[in-house]
Amino acid sequence: MMIAPGALGRFQDEFTHALFAVDEVAPPAVAALVGQPAFAVYRNTVIKACIDALQANYPAVNRLVGDEWMRAAAAVYARKALPAMPMLLEYGADFAGFLAGFEPAAELPYLPGVARLDRCWTEAHIAATENPLDAAAIAQFAEGNFYRLRLQPHAAARWAWCAEAPAYTIWSRNRSDAQDDTEINWRAEGALLTRPRDAVIWCALDHAGCVFLDTCANGGTVAEATQAALDVDKTADLSQLIATLLDAGAFSRICSEDR
Amino acid sequence: MTTFLTAGLGLKPQHFDAALDCSSAGLWFEVHPENYMVAGGPRLAWLEAIRSKHPVSLHGVALSLAADAEPDAAHLQRLAELTRRFEPALVSEHLAWSSWRGAYHPDLLPFPRSTEALVRIADNIARTQDVLQRRIAIENPSHYLKLDGHEWSETDFLCELTRRSGCGLLLDVNNVHVSAHNMNYSAQDYIDAFPGEAVMEIHLAGHSQDPNLGAALLVDSHDAPVAPAVWALYERLIGRIGARPTLIERDDNLPAFDVLLNERDRAAAVLQETLAEAA
Repeated sequence: MMIAPGALGRFQDEFTHALFAVDEVAPPAVAALVGQPAFAVYRNTVIKACIDALQANYPAVNRLVGDEWMRAAAAVYARKALPAMPMLLEYGADFAGFLAGFEPAAELPYLPGVARLDRCWTEAHIAATENPLDAAAIAQFAEGNFYRLRLQPHAAARWAWCAEAPAYTIWSRNRSDAQDDTEINWRAEGALLTRPRDAVIWCALDHAGCVFLDTCANGGTVAEATQAALDVDKTADLSQLIATLLDAGAFSRICSEDR
Repeated sequence: MTTFLTAGLGLKPQHFDAALDCSSAGLWFEVHPENYMVAGGPRLAWLEAIRSKHPVSLHGVALSLAADAEPDAAHLQRLAELTRRFEPALVSEHLAWSSWRGAYHPDLLPFPRSTEALVRIADNIARTQDVLQRRIAIENPSHYLKLDGHEWSETDFLCELTRRSGCGLLLDVNNVHVSAHNMNYSAQDYIDAFPGEAVMEIHLAGHSQDPNLGAALLVDSHDAPVAPAVWALYERLIGRIGARPTLIERDDNLPAFDVLLNERDRAAAVLQETLAEAA
């Protein structure tokens, strides 16, 4: 059979469409393929690889909801959004947003927050390697000058504030094997994940801390970050907060003293 | 290739420590580069540690060379960066497609082997080799579907790709066995017709029956030991073309490292025997 120019591209259009259009009549170029039982091998392999990737990338979510629920939700997500890139480790960047609007997850208000922290872990894990800023580098500045500094968040630093639920407590319990059955205090929570050396580490971070880092990430000075932090929590202990952030390796360098 | 590779193993994260400690003569490891396309962190550190002790091969699954489109420039650059960083002994890809119109379909998808496809794929391989500044090996795929529109036999198609682009070939013997069974042709004839001088690497892997279709359809599942029929095809091939770097692939149902090392040693023994006969 002779194939007209452009036939390869048309074949690929129709093949990819047929992978997901299970109930439709297949177009002529692929009808003979879709009719073969083996076509299911491709349908299954593509969707299974997406589901496997989401299951691997969201381990705390998976542990909370169980394999069956997770794989069913992942299948819905994958049919809506195939990977845009072949690095499946990065697949599902907006899975937390998907869960927030996923009707079967409506009774699990903590789930999107937990998914965000799973995603933070992945991003911290694969981010560029760099040395964290040494606290001593800060200590040399007089207080007045310190407030004019801009601190660059470390490439691997990720933070998230969850106003809906104690997502950090739930997430951290489901990321480790340690058994902790103490009652969870139902409140808003934030978290900071960093990778100052090889491994990703994490700690709780309050709302003021998350806002402080947001401001730094947007190029604000320490003074601006401090003001933003006090705006959300006027009782925030800024010197303690900055010590915590430096200790966790949340910054990589001092950008500049002036904009 | 500066050093001659004998038999190697696909490397899985679960086996990193055992792989690092292993000092079997001639052992090399193969990884999927897509798993190491990250900005930094422990994954790259692991691979660097392995690379400091063993030769490494990069076996890509996602360049989508058989798509009717140029390889994604960003993906190609990421592959080039890994190639510069790890100086792999071999770089290979598949005669298949997976990315199409901005979506990645995580599989190795089939296509009609038309002359149109040949021209496109030869061009895509040439572009890849230009960016990587090295010859790459192209792997024969597993087949499950009867496609209309083939204008070339697969062995002729691959041979013509080597002629047009200067690429080498990766002969996956398990894929030959699986495809011959599913498409009802002779695996031995395929092996005998394969352009031997272009073979830069050989893959050996296990397969399984499709869970729904049973023995009617074999699946290239990489979840079992290499089957006796595949070993027989491998020995037949090596007897004809001589020793070539050979890899045991295992991706699922992973046994202990030593179990895989035993399979690898069996392939190494076949190669050793052939080299001894040739000497």
